[in-house]
Parts: sequence; structure tokens; C-alpha cells
Amino acid sequence: MDGSGGKLTGAQKEELMDTVKQQIAVANAHELLKKMTEKCFNKCVVRPGTSLDNSETKCLNLCVDRFVDAYNITTKSYGTRIQREKGLF
Amino acid sequence: MSLDLDDLNTSSMDKDLQDFLVIEQQKAHFQQQIHRLNEICWDKCVTDKPSSKLDSRTEGCLNNCVDRFIDASLAITQRFAQLIQKQSMN
Repeated sequence: MDGSGGKLTGAQKEELMDTVKQQIAVANAHELLKKMTEKCFNKCVVRPGTSLDNSETKCLNLCVDRFVDAYNITTKSYGTRIQREKGLF
Repeated sequence: MSLDLDDLNTSSMDKDLQDFLVIEQQKAHFQQQIHRLNEICWDKCVTDKPSSKLDSRTEGCLNNCVDRFIDASLAITQRFAQLIQKQSMN
């Protein structure tokens, strides 16, 4: 941006929009990670010991994959439903 | 989310940017809904320890869950609106 407070150039606008999109994508991934960590910890680490044992680690890995699977199903389902209900939301 | 699009004052902004932000705001809202739904439906549908894939029963449950949650939300909103209306007429 120029110091005089004038409008942004086309290139600057593009850059700003890309930056905003990127930040939103990062925030979205962070949210997924946050929820996944909570759910998978609760599922897999039932009685916290002095370290993560093999079965806990295996469970956590599987859980991450399954949580993302579930997330993709939810996304698809929600998108389909929204399309069907266009105008209501 | 640390980026809060809802508080931005767009009145002094370029039209292009305004339109862009409105759309991004809507997309972000959808993403939030999906996270919320996913959490609710995971809790309801994925009850066993995770395995190498989601079985068809779980997948079915997740799909149903999304639809039923939206149905329930609509039904609740409708009923609640009736209630409010009834109360305001007394």
C-alpha cells in the first residue's frame, strides 16, 4: 500500500486476497487438527501412562486417518444438502 | 479462528475487496458449520476404536447424521418461532 492511503493497485489487491485465502485455509486446517487431537486422544489414550505405548500410537494413527475420512464425508453430505435446500439458508 | 472477518469495517473498502470478503466470510461460516457437524456426528457414529477404514454402517450413520441434524435444526427453529409468536400475543 502506498503511504498516502490511496487505493491498492490490482497486483496489491490480488496479493491481499491470496493472503487472506491462505490464512483462512491455515485456520481451517488448525481447527481440524484441534478437534482431531481431542477426539483421538480421548479414544486412544484411555489411561495415560508414562509414555505412549505401541497400541496407543497405532490407534492414534488410525484415528487421524478415520477422522479425516469422516470430515470428508461430512463435508460432502453437508454440501449436497445445502444445494438441495438452496434458498433456505 | 484467529482471523475474524465479521468485525471488519468494509465501508471504506474497494467494491472488489468487499465482495471478496463477503464470499470468504460465507465460506468460512460453512467451514465452521462442517467442523461442528463433524464433531457431533463423530461422537454419535464412530463409537469403536478406529480401524483401517470406516465401515459402511459408520458411513451411513455419518451421512444420516448430517441430514437429521439439519432436519432437527429446522424443526426446532420452527417450533421455537411458534412459541415466541404465541407468547408475544398473550
